[in-house]
Amino acid sequence: MSDFFLTAIMTLDASVRVCVPLIFAAMAGLFAERSGIVDIGLEGKLLMSAFVAASAASVFGSPWLGLIAGMFASVVLAMIHGFASITYKGNQIVSGVAINILASGLTMILTLAWFKRGGITPTLQGDERFLSITLPGVDIIDHIPILGVVYRELISGHNILVYLAFAIVPVVWWVVYRTRFGLRLRAVGENPKAVDTAGLSVEGLRYRALLIGGILCGIGGAYLSTAYNAQFTKEMTAGGGFIALAALIFGKWHPYKVLAACFLFAFLQALAIRLQGVIIPGIGEIPVQLIDAAPYILTIILLAGFIGKATPPKASAQPYIKEL
Amino acid sequence: MAKSNIAIELINVDKHFGAVHANDKVNLSVQSGTIHGIVGENGAGKSTLMSILYGFYQADSGQIKVFDKDFRATSSRQSIEAGIGMVHQHFMLVDNFTVLENVILGSEGGAFITKSLANARIELTRLAKEYGLEVELDIAVEELSVGMQQRVEILKGLYKGAKVLILDEPTGVLTPQESDELFRIFEALKNQGVTIILITHKLREIMNITDHVSVMRAGKMVAHRETSKTNPEELAELMIGRKVLLNIKKSKAKSGKALLTAKNLKIHNEQGLKRVSGVSFEARSGEILGIAGVTGNGQGSLLKALTGILPLSQGSIEIMGETISPKHPFNPKQLRELGVAHVPEDRQKMGMIAEFSASETALLGYHNDKEINQGVWLKRSSVKANCESLMEAFDVRPNDPNLMSSNFSGGNQQKLILAREFERDPEVLIIGQPTRGVDIGAIEFIRKRIIEMRDAGKAIILISVELEEIMSLSDRIIVMCDGEITGMVDAKDANEATLGMMMANALQPQNEQQGVEL
Repeated sequence: MSDFFLTAIMTLDASVRVCVPLIFAAMAGLFAERSGIVDIGLEGKLLMSAFVAASAASVFGSPWLGLIAGMFASVVLAMIHGFASITYKGNQIVSGVAINILASGLTMILTLAWFKRGGITPTLQGDERFLSITLPGVDIIDHIPILGVVYRELISGHNILVYLAFAIVPVVWWVVYRTRFGLRLRAVGENPKAVDTAGLSVEGLRYRALLIGGILCGIGGAYLSTAYNAQFTKEMTAGGGFIALAALIFGKWHPYKVLAACFLFAFLQALAIRLQGVIIPGIGEIPVQLIDAAPYILTIILLAGFIGKATPPKASAQPYIKEL
Repeated sequence: MAKSNIAIELINVDKHFGAVHANDKVNLSVQSGTIHGIVGENGAGKSTLMSILYGFYQADSGQIKVFDKDFRATSSRQSIEAGIGMVHQHFMLVDNFTVLENVILGSEGGAFITKSLANARIELTRLAKEYGLEVELDIAVEELSVGMQQRVEILKGLYKGAKVLILDEPTGVLTPQESDELFRIFEALKNQGVTIILITHKLREIMNITDHVSVMRAGKMVAHRETSKTNPEELAELMIGRKVLLNIKKSKAKSGKALLTAKNLKIHNEQGLKRVSGVSFEARSGEILGIAGVTGNGQGSLLKALTGILPLSQGSIEIMGETISPKHPFNPKQLRELGVAHVPEDRQKMGMIAEFSASETALLGYHNDKEINQGVWLKRSSVKANCESLMEAFDVRPNDPNLMSSNFSGGNQQKLILAREFERDPEVLIIGQPTRGVDIGAIEFIRKRIIEMRDAGKAIILISVELEEIMSLSDRIIVMCDGEITGMVDAKDANEATLGMMMANALQPQNEQQGVEL
């Protein structure tokens, strides 16, 4: 029983770690989509930021500089998306796909050009990456049954970006539902004309939404390569940007529900790792491939039938063209 | 008085959209504290002019003065700050926002909205009392009736400090009673010193409530009048530049046998919502049956079911000896082959394909005709000839089959669609909003053609939200409200008041017996 409990805690702990980039990317997507811009390019921004952050951390020896560089790279891609889809009113899906392809190709080429290695950056040593933080009071609480283990294994011992990810969700909620910017953001995604005729700039609001999204995606990418791992590896985002997009729909564009969806998807991935090689009575060993595919299959099933009607912001994917 | 009494002054305002000269050196002066009407046909440039005033578009040249100050707006923000508010024809509301949120949008007065909302609540309660504009503040706008949504738009303007309120075709979506209520609000606003500019093409409204009226035609301001010193006939003539016959003369109907009999219809729309329940009627040859009602009371779904687009959930329709029922549905093609013609309510979405050429639009639905469809290829010469003969018959201008459908004016698009449906000699015609967004000249033409079809012995079902249209064309009128028939009258006994009451389902029970005979 105790064994099972510990395993469960460890799986949840792994879920927390897997969850972080999904949260950042999904919150980024939330800002973009609430403003009426579909952001297929989350994946590309995560990947680009992961690469740039790992490179900068390796060259300058500081994860913080890596983080800043990663955010910058992600913001640049976000602005390209904005330029194509807001200023030039292009197709947002096409622009987003272009960003994904660009990030995928560029990271490969730049690892070769800068580090003479195909698809990887040098391994980050010691404090070149974000290290785990032991929260105060672990020793004191440790002797309390259950709570001690939960605190030590699940809550304590993560790096700063993990705490930031979970802290950012209520902040996003507050910004979206309690500030003037949030009100305007929600309005521009529903009815940009109402925003325009209220004397506000539709383009300005959408650019700001993408800017915030770029920053958040940048943190998510930096986490992958300088905190969760210790280097950039080829395609290391592994569809995280798309899973985040799915979580966004699953969570109906609401910060807390999106967080729950992110955690569910992360838990499935963590569970998949945990279930490898496990023999289930009556069924036998589950093939590794099936377990790996499980989160994606479940995503499809959940999205196809189990969440009810998910209504995106009404102006989603529509460029704003001024006319009566 | 030292200060002049002019709220808005436009001097030589000029605006082009590409080759279209939307406003041609327009002059206008609006006295403060009055209701000023601007009339003109669709496309005369009224909305463009007001959008310039509201900062939505910028004028190419000319001068604007607001309360004697030079004014040039590059966005609606400056207009709002100058004290101008606008209620657009299509409301500029965020559907899933509450009334309160909609009102403060753009004028929050602080970075955090909790306080803004609290302040707005107090201010709106005051405004509502002052002007008789009560509306529930915490309800999502999408759950309000159109009349209420319009109030929200007016409140929005007042909350932002509007001293001049522009309303673009405000009564288009209202019942007569709601319109009267709106006019009562206008009076209250006027008494408080608010200036109102009313854009409309309904002359009755102009005559009833405005102090002054300006007439636009083809981008030009052609006349200014004091309302008390003019009359509808003069205004109509100014609007279109010639005398028009607004009340089309028609002989008494010679009704024959029923060509279409609907029995106890129940219809669900595309979203699965029940839109029509228990509707029965019959359409006879040589007669126009008008179906009146405020937009969204089931007429649209009824029209779709009659033309085979929506299935019946219950009941039956007998057409030309065939019976359509839930178990035995007909698709639009089969119905067309039976001799049912359909002029859709929304010509842009269902009547044509904007990017298609006129000749292609002119064969939609009839593309399988033998002379056009030759197996794999369409016979181009027949396609062109078909369009040319339709254009000839219905005087479609320009007379060019290769022109893209969207490049025709609304009236000419509609004429082309009517030609397509009428010239096939159908027996039953189902016509939705035949003159929506069509200029007066074309309205006259279209209505005459509909009456010609009636006199040729066709059964015509006419669905329109324009009461005036229903009353001037129909021989019998049924009124729908909330998916049910709430009244049926002979056209000769109908007047706007009773129809309006039926549209709101507000008739006293003893009067409803007229519906029983259906």
